[in-house]
Amino acid sequence: MSNTPQPVIRLERLQRRYVMGGSHIDALQCVDLDVQENEYLAIMGQSGSGKSTLMNIIGCLDRPTEGEYWLNNERVSTMDDRQLARIRNREIGFVFQTFNLLPRMSALANVEVPLVYSGKKRKERHELAGAALDTVGLSDRMTHRPSEMSGGQRQRVAIARALVTNPSILLADEPTGNLDSSTGEEIMSLFDRLKNQGNTLIVVTHEKHIADRANRIVRLSDGNVISDEHTSEAR
Amino acid sequence: MLFGETIRISLASIRSNLFRALLTMLGIVIGVGAVITMVALGTGAQRQIDDQMAAMGGNILSIQSSAWFSRGVARNQQTLTTDDALALSTGMQHVTAVVPEINSRFQVKYGNRNLNVSVIGTTPNYPDVHRFNFAHGGMFTAADDAARKRVVVLGAELPGMLDADPAALIGRSIQVRSIKFEIIGVLEAKGGSGWRNPDDDIWIPLSTAQFRVTGDEFVQTISAQVADTSSTEMAMLEIERILRREHGVLPGKDNDFAIMDRRQFAQSRQEATEVFSYLLAGIAGVSLVVGGIGIMNIMLVTVTERTREIGVRKALGATRGNILLQFLVESTILCLLGGLIGLALGATVSALLAHYAGWQTVVTANSAFTAFGFSAAVGMVFGIWPAKRAASLDPIEALRHE
Ligand SMILES: Nc1ncnc2c1ncn2[C@@H]1O[C@H](COP(=O)(O)OP(=O)(O)OP(=O)(O)O)[C@@H](O)[C@H]1O
Ligand SMILES: [Mg+2]
Repeated sequence: MSNTPQPVIRLERLQRRYVMGGSHIDALQCVDLDVQENEYLAIMGQSGSGKSTLMNIIGCLDRPTEGEYWLNNERVSTMDDRQLARIRNREIGFVFQTFNLLPRMSALANVEVPLVYSGKKRKERHELAGAALDTVGLSDRMTHRPSEMSGGQRQRVAIARALVTNPSILLADEPTGNLDSSTGEEIMSLFDRLKNQGNTLIVVTHEKHIADRANRIVRLSDGNVISDEHTSEAR
Repeated sequence: MLFGETIRISLASIRSNLFRALLTMLGIVIGVGAVITMVALGTGAQRQIDDQMAAMGGNILSIQSSAWFSRGVARNQQTLTTDDALALSTGMQHVTAVVPEINSRFQVKYGNRNLNVSVIGTTPNYPDVHRFNFAHGGMFTAADDAARKRVVVLGAELPGMLDADPAALIGRSIQVRSIKFEIIGVLEAKGGSGWRNPDDDIWIPLSTAQFRVTGDEFVQTISAQVADTSSTEMAMLEIERILRREHGVLPGKDNDFAIMDRRQFAQSRQEATEVFSYLLAGIAGVSLVVGGIGIMNIMLVTVTERTREIGVRKALGATRGNILLQFLVESTILCLLGGLIGLALGATVSALLAHYAGWQTVVTANSAFTAFGFSAAVGMVFGIWPAKRAASLDPIEALRHE
């Protein structure tokens, strides 16, 4: 115990039940999962297997019906709104499956949103957001609104927004689902770089060759973990 | 700096729905406009009355001959005489000073100038009772009056009308109804006290007027100053008793004179504007509440429309407080903009009322602040519920909202 490092994320017997009228669906049935610092984890599974549900809970957007979630050794279930907001803002970068960009704002302004809530000054916000957009190769699209961009470009704005606060954990729900293979490749090498910088990454994907770049692949089926294996990438 | 950003987001949101915002503000605009007009009218009326009271000095009763009826025929007859004034000025308990006025318009000639002015024959206490000050020279004395001297005091506007330097006029002679008078004083301007401007009148001793100019014993007005310690009613009763005795009015018959309380006159004007003020206060209250409900309604719509945005902001680190403030600021800004337009509307209506209805109106900085306070309060009170709803949205449900 003493020489095994404490996990950044520890999920214990996690259950997420949706109740609709009389019936209910367990999107997650009983998930146990530890994620160590600087791990690169891929989550795979069929559509409807609970991947997004799991990501939302890890991202502190949703709460489990049963079970415990420990983040950096702190019990998330006892945290209040301010603490959760702080974690979403500073600790976690979340790339949504559906981007969730604000339609009336430019790419730059979208990327600035998390910085507004971390209290950064205007000038600093501009600089950081500009740099983040540069990282995803969109420095020439800063003033464009989401409706003026392609799906792949929107995806990259969403990634820039998740990275801009320099979070220690990056959660990405199908980050390459909307990208052609070469842009997808760029994003994946960006993730490799983040991994090498010491970040913890959790990526949901359907594609085997994407998952293979991770150190570890967790497979979900009907709300349960059915396999958890380290890849050849693991060192 | 987060607050500045909050304001920017609010303005952007209002701008993106400008027409809707303007319609929403309408209630506030009318409400604030009514408040501004109401306060402007109230302040104006009060100021006018204060001015008049100050100009009048203590309360002064004005006694005039009244049209009295004889066998059903109105006879506009003069009934007040210099003797009445004399009777009133001795042994009175509730009246401290009595000023009779013989008032008629005459031709006045100075050099090659000819004017037609009101000539008032009166007693030396006139300037004290009616609060006039002298610019040059002074008032005639009781001795001047007794000797029926031909001396005259000019109102402040006379030198201008005569095209002469006021100071240089003292000691010069002027003709009133072709009789030569010596100018002994020029008054300071006092301004109109509501119904007429006394600054273009001239004053001569009562006896001089009676015996040298008009030739009869009638006076048009007797002013009676009420003692500080007495009530107006007591003074009126005392005057009535003495004048009835003097005129030999039989018990049961009507007075052949009228006693008017100028203060009451001013107050009746105040009451008229007060009624109007209450009406406006009603409109203001109703409009502000209706406007507030309009604001609440539109904010609820906005919260629903922007549910996804709220979810995104929460997912990116906005606290409940941030979201609450966001929507509260937006409804407050909406109301403040309405207040600003309402302020302009109120100022315009006040100016129009002053111009066309002749009511004095005063838009003060104070009333502007009050109006802003009101609209900000409406924005916050009626914005709090929509803002709370926005703040309490669950992030993941908000993100899933279509
Ligand atoms: N708000 C909800 N109410 C009811 N059921 C829900 C809700 N959200 C998700 N579910 C159910 O939970 C299950 C898991 O959904 P989830 O979105 O986690 O799937 P997923 O693995 O992300 O699928 P995909 O690959 O298509 O994105 C599904 O069966 C879905 O119907
Ligand atoms: Mg999903």
